[in-house]
Amino acid sequence: MLEGIFVEGLIYAIMALGVFFTFRILDFPDLTVDGSFPMGAVIMATALSGGINPLAGLLLAFSGGVLAGFVTAAIHNRLKVPHLLAGILTMTMLYSVNIRILGNRANLPLLRVDTIITHVSVATRGLIPADWASLLFFAMVVLAIKFALDLFFHTDMGLVFGALGNNEQMVKVQGVNPATLKLIGVGLSNGLVALSGAFAAQYQGFADVNLGQGIVVSGLASVMLGEFIIKSNRIGMLTLRVILGAILFKAIMYLGRFYGYYINMTPNDLKLIAGILIIASLAVTNYRRIRGKGGTAA
Amino acid sequence: MISLQNLTCTFHAGTPNAKTVIRDLNLTVDAGEFVTIIGSNGAGKTTLFNLISGNLLPTSGRVFIDGEDVTAHPEYKRARTMGRIFQDPLAGTASNMTLEDNMMITCKKGFKWPVISLNRKMRAYFCEQLVNLKMGLESRMKENISTLSGGQRQALTLLMMVLSNPAIALLDEHTAALDPRNAAIVMDLTTRFITEHRLTTLMITHNMNHAIAYGSRLLMMDAGEIIIDVSGADKARLTVPKLLEMFSTVRRKAFENDEVLLAAG
Repeated sequence: MLEGIFVEGLIYAIMALGVFFTFRILDFPDLTVDGSFPMGAVIMATALSGGINPLAGLLLAFSGGVLAGFVTAAIHNRLKVPHLLAGILTMTMLYSVNIRILGNRANLPLLRVDTIITHVSVATRGLIPADWASLLFFAMVVLAIKFALDLFFHTDMGLVFGALGNNEQMVKVQGVNPATLKLIGVGLSNGLVALSGAFAAQYQGFADVNLGQGIVVSGLASVMLGEFIIKSNRIGMLTLRVILGAILFKAIMYLGRFYGYYINMTPNDLKLIAGILIIASLAVTNYRRIRGKGGTAA
Repeated sequence: MISLQNLTCTFHAGTPNAKTVIRDLNLTVDAGEFVTIIGSNGAGKTTLFNLISGNLLPTSGRVFIDGEDVTAHPEYKRARTMGRIFQDPLAGTASNMTLEDNMMITCKKGFKWPVISLNRKMRAYFCEQLVNLKMGLESRMKENISTLSGGQRQALTLLMMVLSNPAIALLDEHTAALDPRNAAIVMDLTTRFITEHRLTTLMITHNMNHAIAYGSRLLMMDAGEIIIDVSGADKARLTVPKLLEMFSTVRRKAFENDEVLLAAG
């Protein structure tokens, strides 16, 4: 069970990194996530049942997510629609698109197809137990993504992303079009989210168009939990704490699922718990800020 | 360098709240000119800058930069030949990033690709440039901008603007939010950089003495129009009382703006 928490935490960490990119770096609260996560899952499932190589399937899922992000950013940039509404529009449209991708079905089981997880356990058979093999595999995947992101935020483009969320006027004065940056940023973020959805479908053994319901809330909760664990301003720490936050969030959800029945809780209450977790995080941050201000006021 | 033709800007045009902020304005600024702009609140000084930088689109009229009609160009495109500094020292830098990251973003104009340019050579170059500010910032390149004072931030913004190599500098009361000592330091740096880099400069100021002391040409704006335009020898002979007298002759009313008069005193 313990490695299950870690594996799920790591899979969702990829999504949380995407959420972190839009919410924290770009300052673009993007709700497309609720649609792009199941989109990654259904693209992956369809690809696998069609006999496509799992790696190619992952690439397809990532590209699908990028496209979804492009749609949201384009609605926001071109029509001057507020980002929240743009995200909700894409997310709603994606529900129908996802059912189309699955061939007019709402879910698709992956019982008799070889997923990337089957490949991993075949490759490591006899060396380590299957559960630990997938844990090791996902740890490597997530770390690779984390380091790639860290590197990206040290490039010229990555630095401008940092400035965009902080001071959009400064970016314009530098002769960079903020609309282009938002397109790239929201696209990349949703690419990560869809990748996470693709892994989640393979791990759970099925893809479902309702997989994404409330996923942005759990991503945000992971980001906020991470901010409680580590205080830092360095990008390497920022991405690390998102991953830790995602694992912690999954652990809390597991506890809720396994021990919740003592207080009459059912798995249906978990979304409520996720929401309360965010509200509590916000309240604590707010309280700290007010107290911090009171202490330093001249 | 800059040419404005019959520029008019009306806010809320076609509604009962319509307000004309710039009225049929014509202005030509030659390359290398240093123009100071003075005027009471609501005279349209900042709106004029917004129209030149592309932050606002005119209701009618055209904007030419270097002979090219840029009236339809968005702000980020025009910004490639233009540097702009605002009154708010927070507006020119990203406070949650380090000094060197800020300099890396601003050291050249235009689209940024995902390549890492911030290397040892770049850091040495930034360090060398920061020494020019004489503020000790060269030893604080890894610190967050939020730890800098307003004067340091504004001086840094000025340096970063110059490094990005623009042809035109728009300075919008960039020393107004600073204490007198820092304002003087930033003003000294401003004149030094403008001469060194031969920037075509427009500077809005609330300080009549500054408007008279600095630059090669002085414009006074009132109600969306340029009412006084002096340059050359006439500008050199200008004094505050003379300027006030000119205003009342043109407008047949006394110049009433405590802020400007107090700053003049």
